[in-house]
Amino acid sequence: MRKVLRAMAKPFTDTTGTARWMLVAGIVITAIFVICAIFAPLLAPYGFAQASAEGVRFPKAGPPSGDHLFGTDRLFFDVFSRTIWGARTAIQVVLLSILICVVVGVPLGLVSGYYGGWFDRILLLVMDALFAFPSFLLAIVFSFLLTDILGGSVLAVALSLSAIYIPQYYRVVRNTTVSAKEATYVEAARAIGASDFVIMRRYLFQNVVQSVPVIGTLNAADAILTLAGLGFLGLGIQSTDAAEWGHDLNRALEDAGSGVWWTGLYPGLAIVLLVTGLTLVGEGLNETINPTLRVRRLLPVHMPAREER
Amino acid sequence: MTRFASGSLPRYILQRVLLVLPMIWVILTLVFVVLRVAPGDPVSAALGDRLDDEALDQRREALGFNDPIVVQYWDYLVSVVRLDFGTTFSDNQDVLEVVRDNGGATLSLTLAAFVIALLVGIPLGLIAGRYRDTVPDVLIRLFGILSYAAPIFFVGYLLQAYVAGPLGLPTSGAAGVETVFYMERDGLNRTHILLIDVFLSGNSYYIEDVLKHLALPAVTLGLLICGVFIRLVRVNILQTMQSDYVEAAEARGIAPTKVTWRHAFRNALVPVITVIGLQFALLLGGAVLTETTFNWPGLGDKLVGYINERDYVAVQGIVTVFAVAVVVISVVVDIVNALIDPRVRY
Amino acid sequence: MSIEMSNAMSLEMSREPVISARDVRVWYGTTRGAIRAVDGVSFDLAPGETLGLVGESGCGKSTLGRGLMGLLPKGAKRDGEVWFEGKDILSMRPKDSYRLRGSHLGMIFQEPLTRLNPLMRISDHFQESIKQHDPSLTKDEIKQRALDALRLMGIPPTRYRSYPHEFSGGMRQRLMIAMALVLKPSFVVADEPTTALDVLVEAQIVQILNDLRRNFNTSLLLITHNVGIVAEACDRVAVMYAGRIVEQGRVADVFENPQHPYTRELLRSTISLRTTGLNFIPGAPPDLVDPPDGCRFHPRCPEAMAVCATRNPVNIERPRGGRVECWLVGPEDEIPPGGKQRLKQEELTVADEA
Repeated sequence: MRKVLRAMAKPFTDTTGTARWMLVAGIVITAIFVICAIFAPLLAPYGFAQASAEGVRFPKAGPPSGDHLFGTDRLFFDVFSRTIWGARTAIQVVLLSILICVVVGVPLGLVSGYYGGWFDRILLLVMDALFAFPSFLLAIVFSFLLTDILGGSVLAVALSLSAIYIPQYYRVVRNTTVSAKEATYVEAARAIGASDFVIMRRYLFQNVVQSVPVIGTLNAADAILTLAGLGFLGLGIQSTDAAEWGHDLNRALEDAGSGVWWTGLYPGLAIVLLVTGLTLVGEGLNETINPTLRVRRLLPVHMPAREER
Repeated sequence: MTRFASGSLPRYILQRVLLVLPMIWVILTLVFVVLRVAPGDPVSAALGDRLDDEALDQRREALGFNDPIVVQYWDYLVSVVRLDFGTTFSDNQDVLEVVRDNGGATLSLTLAAFVIALLVGIPLGLIAGRYRDTVPDVLIRLFGILSYAAPIFFVGYLLQAYVAGPLGLPTSGAAGVETVFYMERDGLNRTHILLIDVFLSGNSYYIEDVLKHLALPAVTLGLLICGVFIRLVRVNILQTMQSDYVEAAEARGIAPTKVTWRHAFRNALVPVITVIGLQFALLLGGAVLTETTFNWPGLGDKLVGYINERDYVAVQGIVTVFAVAVVVISVVVDIVNALIDPRVRY
Repeated sequence: MSIEMSNAMSLEMSREPVISARDVRVWYGTTRGAIRAVDGVSFDLAPGETLGLVGESGCGKSTLGRGLMGLLPKGAKRDGEVWFEGKDILSMRPKDSYRLRGSHLGMIFQEPLTRLNPLMRISDHFQESIKQHDPSLTKDEIKQRALDALRLMGIPPTRYRSYPHEFSGGMRQRLMIAMALVLKPSFVVADEPTTALDVLVEAQIVQILNDLRRNFNTSLLLITHNVGIVAEACDRVAVMYAGRIVEQGRVADVFENPQHPYTRELLRSTISLRTTGLNFIPGAPPDLVDPPDGCRFHPRCPEAMAVCATRNPVNIERPRGGRVECWLVGPEDEIPPGGKQRLKQEELTVADEA
């Protein structure tokens, strides 16, 4: 147990200076948002689409007060509650899209890399084309199509995000598979008559699945921004379905001129903070894992006085 | 070991251009599958509530939507080659004209944003990398992360709410009403790119007006990729500073400042050019958000408008133009890169 | 004791040494503590002389070379004295020491492929170096000097304006040598200059290094793990083990009559035409964060005695000139009673693990 803990802490204990602080700060910020997401019903004083409490209607675009810490917006919703519920939406969407990416991208990459041939080549071409496409534009097009079919739901947005990131998962998994299938243990498994399915599931999957968390962390920050962007354009989740920061900011845009600052500031800050947290984690990890960037914590060199030799 | 320098460059360019054609074909096919095949019936999606069944069927027939899908696919490819993207449903305009009239605004915005990002990002990245783990490094990196983490529309919102007023900068549109009106009346819109047209007109009032309108959107969009440049340049500096040739230059007794400038900085900037191609795709995505935030009359703003109208023909046309633009830019960047870095050419 | 040593050294060498290192230490910082990569090394080098520095990898050869040049990573420390042209270069400020590099001290690296800036032409490299150290030269004079140096290395002047990637590995190493020598430094460190090259090119480079004395009167510290190259190209040899020079002297003397068991084992493990079986030294060089007590070689030494495990060996003169530090050679009067008893290697390994 102790060994495991020490191994997990290794990137942390080995590093020094800024990389270490970035990692810590990032983890703390991200953890706060995750807690908000999990305990949103307990932490938020009201529901995300609640316009009245105990029969009393909330004020319209009321300034921050004791009852409404961050004020209320034009739809009578409590901004503080919506900001907290927004964390839940954001993390739901990101997790769901990562899940979809893994479920679609990993098997595609495995099969494509393992069998090769024309299937591999065509898939590679398609994925490259998707990758070359401006990713936000791709998300717009997909959510435009999917909201027609599925409505402005969490699932529709998560699917649109997956469309952007699947090519990345596919590429990593495919390339790892191509190199791993030449490995001796795979050759050995084939020699003793293991079927293709068994080889892929037992030997290659193990190998390939390790890179998934890394891509996931790297894409999470980008996914939050894309989600908010879609919401801002009105292509994402509607206000009454869930609280979504980007969409709230869209509605707040018209308030900016009239001195109502609280409707836009808080959801905006929430996005900035969460993306910053995730980016800090990513950059911190990158500096500790990537040997060309890593600064190891060097113990100072003390040269003792010479002993007579 | 003969000299490759001459002769190989044209071959490299030709190779790169030939490789891009299948890429464009795949992208066009994707656009076709996603926007024509998947959604079913675009005509009733866009006009279903305005026209009766007979009229809808006439429109379908006229647009060829009743043809077999293979025929439609072929027609689409042919029309793209002939630069004919059809007519929009919602406001009956030639899509090519929409692209021409609004593409210029998007181009001006992205280029201005690019210049801002490079001017801010590269020096900051150099400083951060050279003085690693010092206070400036930490501050610059934080600035880089924040500028990436802040969504475009939030930065735009903050600028509109707190900066535009004190500085007297407009927050909406690409030019004042007067400028647009008089430019058009006097036939000064020669290139359909406002930024160029005003400079061609030589009228300082128009120029000032257009530049003022450009300021906030360009800064907003520029900040988005500024962080990317800071990060990239910084990492490259860290790597070149550790490189063997930098150590060898030190061993030859080259003065430290010269080692930093000539060996570390210059070499760190080369990969930036490669990445510019990728950033262009990011910029175009960001341009959509910037344009909606600032009512900038560009293609992105138009695209969002047509999406809300469920105008599939217009969306398909604009998406096609965006996609092809990104691919073409990436080729241009590769070629520029080959001109600068002698190793790329073979 | 150090006065006595330098007296002996100067007696041995008729001419004034170009570079003279005294008790040099170079330690690296790591996450585990300081690595004592070089731990008390002394040697002299006469003008035009070539000293071969041999030993296994990880024994501090390269670190010594870099330490002399002042090219050390962050967190490394060095001390001792290195007298070069009347000045102690270890106590110099960094500002003054870079001025010395290139013009007076040269360095040739192991991997020539990555040592040239890929974006600069060969001509740019030469111009940069020469202008740095001799700003008064005109463009034509610079070019003339560079072309002279290139011609000596057998590189035609037509290649002057080429880029590094247009050369083969062997040519690039000759370029690096030309670049190191163009300013006629009096002392050059060559760090495994042939390791990254194939055998034919290796012979060529060794020949070039051999000619150095004639052409430039340059003193050379040739770092290598290849005993054959030392025999071919060096006047004297220094054998390094775990941060110490354990034996040094004229190549013929040391190779014909090695005094230190490590030298002997190193020579035995070299493959030559007369080799009948493969010899190797069991074990690996010690962890230099916490080197063994006494003689650092004693855990691997086939002839280790009790005294070797407890007391540092004394640096004494070799029977036919040069220096060695090993209790087997002496001095007898400093070995405590019972110190000559054989050490059993099995006990040692057990003791090491405990």
